[in-house]
Formats: sequence, structure tokens, C-alpha cells
Amino acid sequence: MANMSPNKTPMAEASAEERRHTFNEVALGYTEAEAMIEATRCLNCRNKPCVSGCPVNVNIPKFIAEIAAGNHRAAYDIIRETNSLPGICGRVCPQENQCEGKCVRGIKGEPVAIGRLERFAADWYTSENGGASCPAKKPSPDAPRIAVVGSGPAGLTCAGDLLSYGYNVDIFEAFHTPGGVLVYGIPEFRLPKSVVMREIEALCLGGARIFTDMVIGRIKTVDELLAEGYAAVFIGTGAGLPSFLGIPGENSNGVYSANEFLTRINLMRAYRPDMDTPFRPAKRTVVVGGGNVAMDAARCAVRLGSEDVYIVYRRSEKELPARAEEVKHAKEEGVEFKFLTNPVEIKADENGNVTSVVCRRMELGEPDASGRRSPIEIPGSEFEIEADAVVIAIGTTPNPLIKETTPGLASDNRGRIITSDGVTTTHSAVFAGGDAVTGAATVILAMGAGKEAAAKIRDMIESKRTAD
Amino acid sequence: MYRITKKYALNNTTEFMSVEAPLIAEKAKPGQFIILRIDEVGERIPLTISSTNTETGEVSVVFQRVGATTERLAALSEGDYLLNFVGPLGKPTPLEGYKNVAVIGGGLGCAIALPQAVYLHKKGVRVELIAGFRTKELVILEDEMKSSCEDLILMTDDGSYGEKGLVTAALERRINEGAGYDLVLAVGPAIMMKYVSLTTKKYGIKTIVSLNPIMIDGTGMCGSCRVTVGGKVKFACVDGPDFDGHEVDFDELIRRNSAYRAEEAVKLREWNCNLLKMKPGEDN
Repeated sequence: MANMSPNKTPMAEASAEERRHTFNEVALGYTEAEAMIEATRCLNCRNKPCVSGCPVNVNIPKFIAEIAAGNHRAAYDIIRETNSLPGICGRVCPQENQCEGKCVRGIKGEPVAIGRLERFAADWYTSENGGASCPAKKPSPDAPRIAVVGSGPAGLTCAGDLLSYGYNVDIFEAFHTPGGVLVYGIPEFRLPKSVVMREIEALCLGGARIFTDMVIGRIKTVDELLAEGYAAVFIGTGAGLPSFLGIPGENSNGVYSANEFLTRINLMRAYRPDMDTPFRPAKRTVVVGGGNVAMDAARCAVRLGSEDVYIVYRRSEKELPARAEEVKHAKEEGVEFKFLTNPVEIKADENGNVTSVVCRRMELGEPDASGRRSPIEIPGSEFEIEADAVVIAIGTTPNPLIKETTPGLASDNRGRIITSDGVTTTHSAVFAGGDAVTGAATVILAMGAGKEAAAKIRDMIESKRTAD
Repeated sequence: MYRITKKYALNNTTEFMSVEAPLIAEKAKPGQFIILRIDEVGERIPLTISSTNTETGEVSVVFQRVGATTERLAALSEGDYLLNFVGPLGKPTPLEGYKNVAVIGGGLGCAIALPQAVYLHKKGVRVELIAGFRTKELVILEDEMKSSCEDLILMTDDGSYGEKGLVTAALERRINEGAGYDLVLAVGPAIMMKYVSLTTKKYGIKTIVSLNPIMIDGTGMCGSCRVTVGGKVKFACVDGPDFDGHEVDFDELIRRNSAYRAEEAVKLREWNCNLLKMKPGEDN
């Protein structure tokens, strides 16, 4: 008999006051008892709308049924059949727009907490086994070898699936640590680095080789990789190039792209006194933007001792692109939202250090191309927000390095690699996926593309093999 | 891990270091840089490549001891390892199509300008090298510079060696003597590059400068190295590090390079204190 409670089983969270002073994870995860209770809310419906909402098609009702029965290992294995990064997805997927958004239970109440259950299965496996699982068999050394450029969610997923097909995989990462946006972008309190590392470790145990400090396009080009004998190249280089507002004063000291701000904190751990990377302490931080990255930056600023942290967003609360949960967490932690507010100038002192952000109030007009009501400036409504740090979190575009150094690889006017089917590029034996193709999007969409690309690479290799 | 194969002091503040990095040695071109990290707690710092040896697979850099990281780097020895060494980054200096080039180096910048001079000189381009130092004790790589140009003009601020004065004085004199440069390449402190560019602008001589802003990733990701060139924001790591000197907003660059001065001073003090703890009995 299904558990007919209209609400999700609550998940424990660290208190907001506690959170303001630590980078420890906010959401603490289900206990076994909580997970089993929540699992019984699933109706196991025949047409499985949740699965159709999942970019990597996890067999959701099946794994939830195993959790309900106490077979957590079986649940984990079912998820792993289609998702190589369950511990990550359970934490950062926007489930409300995907699996949970399609859940029948959501019509009259809250949907089943699919994300929390996925996280439970992954964390349970780790605590029982001390690491992530790996394929039983490593690829044969004679099997085709694929180069994966970039070790973010797209690259890691593509690599995982390629290994499962029996191919060898070499992953090239520009930074000194693999993980891409999962390590430089998403903060520890939302996605602990140890969770990312255990998923990467699993790939290595499965036979993947990871080469860090390798900026493809500079040290080797894509064509050189193919000439070295790689059967295919997958480009999962993300959307790393930060956009700026283009307003006066934006190059003042203390104005950062969200990428720089988050990289200093998450990757370089600049807030720790024993680390060499410097960090400028700030009393008042203004974050410009309304997405998940803006929330991450604001919540980091809180933790680093900024007394006042503002999110400045030019539309209204309803249009915020960030996940509802991130907005809620930010508010709980004391982040103040300034909606319908648009920065027009950044002021600095005589040494070039930022002192304030001049903003203009906005009102909403007709819906624009994105379907959201477009913000219109109210003349004469200028006001200033004092600030000694400003973080620009208004988006990123794909890094041009690969396209500039790969003749025959077409991209559009926004720098996105052009594909015929989402992953097949205009260059033979070169596939791409994730933000490099779509522009900045989500972890799970990048994973979906990585999966799709792995399948297409397999099709290409197998059809060549048949032809020979 | 990347092994340090050579390491010695060029003067009392400047160090030369070669690192085993054969893939980078094979690919690097004049003007490109590397980013290194000493160890797990280290920061990523960019250093322009000073020379490469494709036979031994060595990549050489020259750096000045100015902060905690460069002091820590200077304390390493041959046979030690760096945790990370990534490159070649940035675009190579565009050096084709010139016949008569003045290469101007200021202090440490002489080491960084050297590969450009060597490359041009080998191609048969006429190269004059104007090298500026504060004082005689700081002069580095004199022989190497001499052998990579037609004429070396050595300047010291205090006149203790070579001619007395700034590089801009020698540059302006040579221009007025009819040197007929079709390109001036300037590498050195931002303030020197600014005044070289102001000088050459008067005479309408094309000038390329090599910028040295603060960076983290070196691949276009962080935007820390943004500079204003011709009124537009450019990322030195991917659009540069070389730019048209007549277009660069040097004052902004100088301001941005001082962004972490207070934090860096703290780190340096901590390093010095650690040193004293490690070597009790030595005087301070």
C-alpha cells in the first residue's frame, strides 16, 4: 500500500546560522528509514512519466521500489545502468523541472523526492563500500581509444559510457584537478568535492586515464589527437568564458566574474589561510544575476564573512532562473534580493577599488524572445548600493580555443559548436556535447549529451568495423 | 610532476629555472607563457617562457622574487618537482613581416624579450636591443642579449653601467638618429611599456607590448586578466598576452595588478616568519 502523504519526507538541513560560517554541506541527506518511507510514496505507475523527464533515462520507479524493499545495493546498480554520476545528480539536478516535475504525485501535493532518493542510494553505496563502483572488466588494450576533452559532467559521463562499451578512454583536463564546473564552480556546501572525486575515481578504476594540465588546442590540437590514433574525440569543454555587463567601472579592483570568484574559493580554496591564492575580504558584496551561479556566489560571500550580501536582478522574483531551493537557502542565510534592479555603473576610489554600484529600477514590459517579460528601465530611478566586492554572474559563453584551433569544426555566432543531432559535429570523428554545444545549461543536460555522444561514437566505430 | 633541471640566481632578486616539460618545449613559440603551481597549497602563477630546448625537453622561465610564491619557488633546487606546469598558453607574438625591429626589455623583461630577439635575429631581421636596469648589480643575460642582436644598448637608471637613463631616452635618440624601426617590441614593467608606447606613438611606429596581469586559469575562464585595449575588454590569457601598445590602458593595468597587494604582503610576511622558524640561530 502506497504511502499517501501529500508531502515529501523532509530531509535534514544544517541550520541557517550554522551554515553562515561553514562550507559543510547544507542538505544532510536521508537516513535509511527516511528513504524507505519516502520510497513508498512512489505509485510505480505504468507509463513512468518521471523517466521521460530524465535526460539520462534512469529507471526511476524500479530503483525506488528496491529502496522501499531495503535493497539499496540493487537500487544503486539500477541507477548506475544509465547514470554514471548518481551522487552528483542527486544533489544538483533541477529535479523540479525534470523527473519530479512529471511525477503524478505532484498533481495533488508534492512529487516523490526522486533526487533525494537517488542521493541516498549513491551515498549508501559509498558508506558501505568506501567508494564508487566500477565496471568489472577493464577495456582490452587493443580496443579503440577515445580522447575526451574536458572532465566536467559531459566528459565524465561520455567517458563512463565509452568504458562500458569496452573502449579505452583518455580524458584531457586543462586545470590541475579533474571535474570541471563540478569542482571550480559548484561550492562544497552544495556538492562536496569528495563526492565528485569518488565518481572520478570510479572511472579511473574502470580504466580511464586522466591527463591534467593539458590545454587541448594549445599543447595538442584536436587533429593531432586524431593523428595520434584516437578513434574519436569528444569535446566537452563547457561554457567557460565569462560575460560582463559592459558598464563603466567594471574593471575596478574588487569586481569579479562569478567564475573567478568561485574558482578562487572552490578550486584554489583562497579563504584558507594556509593556501597561497589570495582573497580580498569584503564587507558588502553585490552579486549581479539571478541564476544558480549567482546564488552560489552570494552564499560563498556570506560564508567568507561579508556582512551584507545582495543579489541584484533586473527582473522580478518570479523570473529568477535559479532553482527554488537555492533561492530559499540563500534567503535563509541572509542574502538580500534586489529585484527589478539593473546596475548601470560601478564606482571606485582613487586607487581603483570598488566603492558602490549605481543601479536603476526596472519595470516589466511585454514578454521577450525567452518568453519572460522583458525589463524596462524607469528613467531617473538611479540609486547606489555601497559595495567593496561585486560579482558578475550573468552567464558564460563557450571557450573559443578549440574552435579556433580546429579547422573544419563549425560553430555559430555565439561560439557554440554546431551539431547535426546534438552531438555530431561538422568535423569527422569529432563529437561534442554539453555547454560547449548548448551554451550555459545544467549538469544533467551536459550528462545527457555526453551519453548521447558516447552512443554515437560507438555507432561510428562499429559501422566502420562492419565495413572493414 | 615536473622536474626542475636547472635553477640559479641571475642577480640578487632574479632567478632562472628550467623544467622538464617536453610537450610544451616542442610547441612553445616566442611570447607564450606557462602557468605553474608549486604544490597542493600553491597558487597558479603565469610566467612567460624565456627559452625552450626541444632536444632536452626543457622549458625555461625567469622570475623575480617579489612575493610568497616566487620566494617559495626560489627556495627550490635542481631535482625538486613542481606539481603543475601547464602551457604553452596565450598567442605567440606576431613576428612575421618585419625588417628592422627594436626589442626593449626592462629588468626581468629582458629575459622575456630575449626569445623574440633570438627568433628575429636568426631569421636575418635587423634587431637592436635596448635593455634597461636600475643598477649594475641587476644586469642579467648580457652575453645572451649581445649575441641575439646587431646592437645592444644597455641602460642603467643610475649610470653605474652602460649609459645613464631610461630605455625611452635611448629609444628616442635612436629614432631621431634615423634607426628606421618598423616594429618596437617592449617587455617589462607596465610603467615602462606605457612610456615606450607613448614615445613610439609620437613617431607612429608600431609597438607590441607583452602584458602581465593577474591570472588564475590562463585559458579564458576567470576574466581576472581583463585589460582594456582600444576601448574594448580583452582577456590577456587568450587574446594576448601581446597587444598593440598604443591601444592599451596601462593605468588600469597598473591598478589591477595592485589588487592583492595587502593580501600578498601578509603571505610574504608569513613566509619570511616560517623561514626564520625553520632556521633558528640565523640572524634576521
